[in-house]
Amino acid sequence: MNLSFNWLHDYIDTDKITDVKKYCDRMTDTGSKVEGYEVLAGDVTNVKIGKVVAMERHPDSDHLWICQIDVGAEAPIQIVTGAQNVFVGAIVPAAVAPANLPEGKQIKAGKLRGVDSNGMLCSFGELGLTSHDCPGKEENGIWILDECYGQYLGQDVCDCLLIRDTVVEFEITSNRPDCLSVIGLARETAASMDLEWHVPPVSVKGTGDGDSIDNYLSVGISAPDLCYRYAAKVVKNVKIAPSPDWMRMRLRAAGVRPINNIVDITNYVMLEYGQPMHAFDYKQIEGKAINVRRAGDGEVFVSLDNISHTLDSSMLVIADQNKACALAGVMGGLNSEIENDTVTVVFESACFSGPDTRVTAKKNGMRTESSARFEKGLDPENCLPGLMRACQLVEMLGAGDVVDGLIDVYPGKKEQTILPFTPEKYNKFLGTEIDEQTMIDILATLECRVQDGKIYVPSFRSDLGCMQDIAEEIVRIWGYDKIPSSCIKAETTQGMRTPKQKLFVATEQLMYGMGISQIQTFSFISPKYYDAIALPADSALRTSVVISNPLGEDTSVMRTTALPSLMEVLQRNNNFSNQNVRLFEMATIYLPDADPALLPEEKTVVTIGMYGDADFYCMKGAVENLLKMAGVKAPVYTACTENPSYHPGRCATVTTADGKYLGVFGQIHPVVADNYGMNIPVLCAEIDFDALFAVCNTEPDYKPLPKFPAATRDYAFVCEEELEVGKIMSVIAKAGGTLVENVELFDIYRGEKLGAGKKSVAFRVTLRAADRTLTVEEADKISKKIINDLKFKLGIALRA
Amino acid sequence: MKEMLNQIRATALEKIAAGEDLEQIRIQYLGKKGELTAVLRGMGKLTAEERPVIGQLANQVRADIEAAIAEKAEALKAGALAEQLKAEKLDVTMPGKTMRVGHVHPLTRVQRDMEEIFIGMGFSIAEGPEVEYDLYNFQKLNIPENHPARDTQDTFYITDNILLRSQTSPVQARTMEVQKPPIRIISPGRVYRSDAMDATHSPLFHQMEGLVVDKGITMGDLKGMLETFAKAQFGEETRCRFRPHHFPFTEPSAEVDVSCFACGGKGCRLCKGEGWIEILGAGMVHPNVLSMCGIDPEEYSGFAFGMGIERIAMLKYHVDDIRLFYENDVRFLEQF
Repeated sequence: MNLSFNWLHDYIDTDKITDVKKYCDRMTDTGSKVEGYEVLAGDVTNVKIGKVVAMERHPDSDHLWICQIDVGAEAPIQIVTGAQNVFVGAIVPAAVAPANLPEGKQIKAGKLRGVDSNGMLCSFGELGLTSHDCPGKEENGIWILDECYGQYLGQDVCDCLLIRDTVVEFEITSNRPDCLSVIGLARETAASMDLEWHVPPVSVKGTGDGDSIDNYLSVGISAPDLCYRYAAKVVKNVKIAPSPDWMRMRLRAAGVRPINNIVDITNYVMLEYGQPMHAFDYKQIEGKAINVRRAGDGEVFVSLDNISHTLDSSMLVIADQNKACALAGVMGGLNSEIENDTVTVVFESACFSGPDTRVTAKKNGMRTESSARFEKGLDPENCLPGLMRACQLVEMLGAGDVVDGLIDVYPGKKEQTILPFTPEKYNKFLGTEIDEQTMIDILATLECRVQDGKIYVPSFRSDLGCMQDIAEEIVRIWGYDKIPSSCIKAETTQGMRTPKQKLFVATEQLMYGMGISQIQTFSFISPKYYDAIALPADSALRTSVVISNPLGEDTSVMRTTALPSLMEVLQRNNNFSNQNVRLFEMATIYLPDADPALLPEEKTVVTIGMYGDADFYCMKGAVENLLKMAGVKAPVYTACTENPSYHPGRCATVTTADGKYLGVFGQIHPVVADNYGMNIPVLCAEIDFDALFAVCNTEPDYKPLPKFPAATRDYAFVCEEELEVGKIMSVIAKAGGTLVENVELFDIYRGEKLGAGKKSVAFRVTLRAADRTLTVEEADKISKKIINDLKFKLGIALRA
Repeated sequence: MKEMLNQIRATALEKIAAGEDLEQIRIQYLGKKGELTAVLRGMGKLTAEERPVIGQLANQVRADIEAAIAEKAEALKAGALAEQLKAEKLDVTMPGKTMRVGHVHPLTRVQRDMEEIFIGMGFSIAEGPEVEYDLYNFQKLNIPENHPARDTQDTFYITDNILLRSQTSPVQARTMEVQKPPIRIISPGRVYRSDAMDATHSPLFHQMEGLVVDKGITMGDLKGMLETFAKAQFGEETRCRFRPHHFPFTEPSAEVDVSCFACGGKGCRLCKGEGWIEILGAGMVHPNVLSMCGIDPEEYSGFAFGMGIERIAMLKYHVDDIRLFYENDVRFLEQF
């Protein structure tokens, strides 16, 4: 909402606002947030109203004119102009050197082809105006002012034509539609700045010719749930013309384009009173009757911007006998638009349901100044003052004759809100000690009358309905900054992370310690990304939560796997030539419920990605550390050949000892890596954080340090390449039972001597008893059992 | 005999000084078959008067030689050590061997910092779903269907009733439904709004909200709490400014600015000359919200606040493009 100070001056003595910056700060502090302010024509100086008293051709030019301009001084001044529309007697804006024009343009005295020129005659464009501000005036020539300005020769053009103005831009919150008006902001200004204000009385003379509105129109509301009030007046003998300069300049300051007197009046009243108005061309209303009704399903309506809309029965229309003439509260129809030959006008001033107007505007894709106001919930009591103001303006402008009589159908009258006045409660709630009289005074400036312990809330403040609302009204004017800061006086509470949150943070810390950096990626992806990671066509993971109004395909479904996000980041880093990259994400995935009316399951996955100086065992080491940190006992790693995202020979799943799935990791399948433009080994892991938390045990349990020495035995076995080391290790561990403290793989050897497809695996086995020193005989016995078990269970023997 | 002893001493000390092998010298003079021992064996032939005198001298000679050997050994050791240390000298200006360290994501860093501050003030961390019911995201927060406040949060919808939460406030509603006061929670997390990606907008970003509900909570308490937070987060000198605003779920509501932590409030590029930076929305929990979540607004009051984590990270670390947080270029990540 742009507030013109010239306009505000009708309601409040703006001369008392000496410092605009301070005014803006104060308004912001009391809740009317100022986005900024501008002084229109603020940089324009010394442009005066002048009259061309003589003109002659420039001796050395066939298009320049030498003009003598009377600017109210003793003698006229000489100005050379190239414009051809000047004439003797013309009233013109004359920039008298030295002068300043908008955008820093300076006018200095000088010579034009040898002839003195002491300034410049201006076009309206050169003064920062447009053809809408100056209807009927020539755009490419000098701005010829109306003759009436001839009496102001020598006066400043910007002041005289009201071009100069201070405009403050307010950001009005959605609960305060009353402030989307000059009157509303005048009220707030008065309360905030402690100034007097008044609304000048509005009176309409009427014609007194015995004619009555009843001769023209009747109004019925058949959808009173959508229309709380509908008031109308008729104006006859209308003369469509441009509205006067003062009105156009005010509209311009408010950011509204002037059109003609009738349309401008409706906009003027909307801006001044906050009451959206509409004007119909009476001759287009068939049957002398307006019916405010729901639209028919499929009913076609062409709005005055010439766009066709198909309506439905949730929408409200202003209709005559045969057709819809306006989409209620949103926009008028092309069929009843005010035109240059309009002679009789119906002014509508109504109040429509906010939510329904909002839906209608949204469905038809046309949010207008009117609908933006209605949707916030307007005051039906404002209909008549707005309507009367419009009629008063008609008379002021001589735009037509206001027919006597009024139509006012008011099925939705609301009772006045009356709230108890409870000063102690306000103070207790705010933590303040504001005295009662101050509260009453503040409320009075906001037109909330306090009497006998009750607050009578004005109808335009439908946002006030409870104790807290009143407390806010008092304290925003009194000053938020004056509320003393305090500490909560209440029961103490314990602040801490839950065990799961602790594991979450511990996981992050572990990753940082392992040299793995954290990433954050979008939760929504393209469904095509599932192809990129080669998810099978029938994979359940392809069923995602789908966003119905996505920004684009790339962000259209909620991911069921975080692998594509990770791959994308790895790809990006690879493209940036970042080397030896190791990254992780604590990623959320969203697994839809079979019932679409229920929320999806949201799970956290720890994804890890590496390329460069990393191999499968680097990744496995990271996974092992993670599981160790979480206290997972004896996790089982199993080769996984079936995950299509991973290399079939370099992928493992990890489960708990009792088979609960924890995750998958390995080298990304070369085909998948290639989909991301990477022809290098890429390692990834996806660990189910929720599963990890379910089995985690991070409480350390101390075991006494060994009191007796250990015996170590080294072995090298020859076996087939296919035989997994993990199997050999588990046989060794079982063979030795509790006496095996550790089995360590320390070498793998492949070579000609062993033959193709064979490998030699070397282990160091640490044996220890908790309660005694193992004898050589005991150690040898276990050693023998290890060798025997390996022979019988796996068919492998010591290397010769 | 006396001369012999003195002679032995002189020769031995000479040899020690000359740097001959010390062990050899020890054996030659002090060993069981050494020269000194040999001399002492002749002691028996001495008179009773001479014996103590010679004995004392012999002991003195032995002690002198031992001391000389020890001293020489010490000197040699020190010399060798000095030599070794000299040989082991390193060029300390050569770069260290890198121990790879992972970096915390800047958004996580800001989030954890803020969590620590509030945990210290008795808050717990509450979590809730990102794919959320309209009921919790809007209706229970006093934003009924077709309320104009919905316009300020362009929302991604899944179905008519399910959406991507546009704020972390639904966690507050969920918490109040299941927990009786006293409540002190923060709810950090991802939120979604249908804003096209540019340098200052992202369709996904992070918020952190806080909620306190108890008996006798005042707006002064809200100010005090947020001032404490702002000092902890942005520095002891930080001041706060509370401006009236409107949120449907709080009444009264405020927007909160902190004094610019770059210029201290004098006005600079970061604060666009204002001296203040807007970081927070806050207010007293609306009685409708309390009622809808099963808490009696006559008995309890509370306050809530919320802020954007990206915004704070951008301001704190001078990041000028929000997209950097989601591009995850390691050259960016490694700066945190």
